[in-house]
Amino acid sequence: MIDINYYLITSALLFSIGVAGVLIRRNAIIIFMCIELMLNAINLTFVAFSSYLGNINGQIFVFIVMTVAAAEAAVGLAIVIALFRNKEYVNIDEINILKW
Amino acid sequence: MKFDLETVLFFSLAVLAVGSAIMMITRRSPISSALFLILNFFTVSGLYLLLKAQFIAIIQVLVYMGAIMVLFLFVIMLLNLHDEGKLKEKYTYRKLTAVLLSIFLFCLLGFTVYFGFEGKFKVMSEKALTMGTAESLGVELFSNYSFPFELASFLLLAAIVGAVVLAKKKFE
Repeated sequence: MIDINYYLITSALLFSIGVAGVLIRRNAIIIFMCIELMLNAINLTFVAFSSYLGNINGQIFVFIVMTVAAAEAAVGLAIVIALFRNKEYVNIDEINILKW
Repeated sequence: MKFDLETVLFFSLAVLAVGSAIMMITRRSPISSALFLILNFFTVSGLYLLLKAQFIAIIQVLVYMGAIMVLFLFVIMLLNLHDEGKLKEKYTYRKLTAVLLSIFLFCLLGFTVYFGFEGKFKVMSEKALTMGTAESLGVELFSNYSFPFELASFLLLAAIVGAVVLAKKKFE
């Protein structure tokens, strides 16, 4: 049987890679995908604790997180499409009309 | 540590997950990023199976890989995005800072995990064997968590309405 630390370290690695992706990439869609990766890493932590503690609440939380991820993906991609219709690009360093 | 089937499966899945995540953030073309993210979701779903969470693993395959990533791929192909290559050399300091910051974040999380949980949870709980089924999750979801469940459905409704309004032809 594997210690829980291995799952937690894997999850921490995935989360850090997601953070690095959000900071490195400039394409808005890829930044959304990195956010999905981070949510997924958190889900892995929830499920690991749920199994090792014998408590089902973690898996319920994963449900709610997946719902939020689906809603976020739908609204975020709609925003990207609206942006692309106005500006013809989705690179976030060229979208700076809110920056004063 | 014994090298039984579970250990071997865990390490191969974990290496594949981390490798596909790294490939995902380093590929220039959005399509290959999305495909590597799908591979990453698949390996994480395998990790859920190792953790005896069968229903969550199936939901991961259905919802994440089947619905969300298809939405992403659809939008990428719809917008016909080209590679993110032309401004490649301008941002080396930013990239270096980003990588250093995320390594620092990983060290922080790793220290927390190591000093917080070292040796505390060595074996999986016996309840985990019967806990991850659709039956037990459904009983819990429709009894104790019925209000958050309804709230989640309301959130999805709001997301549908918001997406339709945002993606309308004439946006004012």
